Amino acid sequence: MLEIRDLHVSVAGTEILRGIDLTVPTGEVHAIMGPNGSGKSTLASTLAGKQEYEVTQGEVLFQGEDLLGLLPDKRALAGLFLAFQYPPELPGVRNRHFIKAALDALLEHRGEEALNARQFDKIYRAATKDIGMDTELTKRSVNEGFSGGEKKRNEMLQMAILDPALAILDETDSGLDIDALRLISEGINRRRSPKNATLLVTHYQRILGYIVPDKVHVLIDGRIVRSGGRELAEELEERGYDWLREPASEIPTA
Amino acid sequence: MTQAIYDKYVSDHATFEASPGVNGPAWLGELRATGLAAFKQAGFPTGTRGNEQWKYTNVGPIGRATFDLPSAQAAEAVSLAHVKAVSPWDDSWSRLVFVDGLYSEALSATPADGIAQVTSLSEVLSVDGVQVEQHFGKYVSVDEDGFTAVNTAFASDGAFVQIPDDSEATAPVHLVFLSTGGPTATVSHPRVLVLVGRNSRLTLVESYVSLSDGPYFTNAVAEIVGAEGSEIEHYRYLAESDEAFHIGRTSVALQRDASFLSTSLSKGARIARNGLSVLLDGPGSSCVLKGLYTTAGSQHIDNHIDVDHKTPHGSSDQLFKGILDGSSRAVFSGRVLVRKDAQKTYATQSDKNLLLSEGARINTKPSLEIYADDVQCAHGATAGAIADEALFYMASRGLDEDTARRLLVAGFANEIIDGVKLAPLRRQMQSQLSAETTRASAG
Repeated sequence: MLEIRDLHVSVAGTEILRGIDLTVPTGEVHAIMGPNGSGKSTLASTLAGKQEYEVTQGEVLFQGEDLLGLLPDKRALAGLFLAFQYPPELPGVRNRHFIKAALDALLEHRGEEALNARQFDKIYRAATKDIGMDTELTKRSVNEGFSGGEKKRNEMLQMAILDPALAILDETDSGLDIDALRLISEGINRRRSPKNATLLVTHYQRILGYIVPDKVHVLIDGRIVRSGGRELAEELEERGYDWLREPASEIPTA
Repeated sequence: MTQAIYDKYVSDHATFEASPGVNGPAWLGELRATGLAAFKQAGFPTGTRGNEQWKYTNVGPIGRATFDLPSAQAAEAVSLAHVKAVSPWDDSWSRLVFVDGLYSEALSATPADGIAQVTSLSEVLSVDGVQVEQHFGKYVSVDEDGFTAVNTAFASDGAFVQIPDDSEATAPVHLVFLSTGGPTATVSHPRVLVLVGRNSRLTLVESYVSLSDGPYFTNAVAEIVGAEGSEIEHYRYLAESDEAFHIGRTSVALQRDASFLSTSLSKGARIARNGLSVLLDGPGSSCVLKGLYTTAGSQHIDNHIDVDHKTPHGSSDQLFKGILDGSSRAVFSGRVLVRKDAQKTYATQSDKNLLLSEGARINTKPSLEIYADDVQCAHGATAGAIADEALFYMASRGLDEDTARRLLVAGFANEIIDGVKLAPLRRQMQSQLSAETTRASAG
């Protein structure tokens, strides 16, 4: 599904990612963990195509095709989805209308027929119910006046409806109460299938109590310093990140 | 303005006074003479005189352009289909249609409910002009500026709408001012008088529209009076040609507990100005003034709002939003005056602008002038471009940039358009906006 090879990324001239190698096979859920400032969000946003993030070296293959040459909207149409850590507000753009426009674009790209309002409503209503989103909220403008948790639910609502091949979740678990975390985890588990993949970017081990990842990668200072099974996450929970930091030269990079 | 243009207004006025259609009561003739005298004194306003009212709108081009008086022949060539094609429309609305400022009986349709009186001024003057005489020219002054003065100098016909006490017009009343853009550029001086009786209700739409892309000048004055407890819902739809000049002056007076809800929906012209003043002249009277203006190319639009809180317990809300493209320019000046006796006043003012290009400019100046001590007032203005963060977010959902921009622009406008209760007007604005956004992103 996703192959990242020796990826270097700079933001405003400062190198943030310093040689990432990562493979996420189809059908798997991978977690990327790391302390604040390690480059987790940079990796997520780079994959989605954020302009300010300059790739200086390396390549990324998505479903076997070059990803980095595509504009952000084309990446989305190809099946990549980023759940934002801080989703912006779109004043006056109604949530339902926005998601329908996104789905319409996707269906058109695939050469499929657009849904009529009634067909879409059915999907939309079912998905909002699954994610525990207040229906009043869904009539409002995108993310406007939403609490932090409501914004995260809205990201998961979009993921459920757009059903991407690869979902990248950037700190979707942070700032959620226990009920919201459970609902969102259920949403992620629901989409698990042999046909897609998910990349969970997180600071905390907490969400991994609900979602069992196939692999866990630890990102520190722009490099993946260790990869392992879910037991690695538990070890991080007990010991923190510091034991992985030093001495940098002895740490295997993949 | 140039001497030659000034002379032309004066000599055209002599021609006008001598023409057979212009007569009416003596008081009106005298008022016209006052208008002419004031115009001779003032000419058109200039910003260079340190005139705050016209500081950001240079009307010099109007004073340098030659406009002829309209001819009745142009009106004869206009069919109802022409009018419908360019105006918000509903067959159930009653309407008065003016072509190049001249009343067209053939295109008009007055209500059959026997409640609302919707008629041309000359017709009502020929029957019983007492009401007209009592109100006409009492809410605007010829000394305000040369535009109101010259409009008054040419005042003989226009639109008259009256709702008696304790009643409600069964359908909205639509006043259509259509410019044909005939062989020569013409000037029209439309005049509107609206009287809404005690505890009565009226929905009023004024449309200023064009059949041509060419130059002409519309110099409109409207006076609207809401008696005690009346409710007026007012829409001003401005879609003049890109080459047109439009100077609009609307004056509203509200008595005790009367309310006025106004929405102006405007596209820019070469120079367009919506001047709106509301006098809260009775305790508990209130107004909500909303506006959406869009400009492109080198258009100019000026929204000039003046709210006068004269009596206590009044409220006024202003919300204006602009969408500016190209190298266009918009001006917003909103003044709220709260007089000493206007205690317990509530007033807000807000002007928000979306700049779609680096060349577009907005001069926005909300201002509060408060002499009472027990009031709640707030004002603010913003101008900004579409956020990159929003565009990236939408792109990450598969939306191309044109679609994303169109959604964001429509979203920005929704706050105003959603409040438009007349569906035909809402649709007209939505399609106009969509066409403009498409044109903007294509260009």
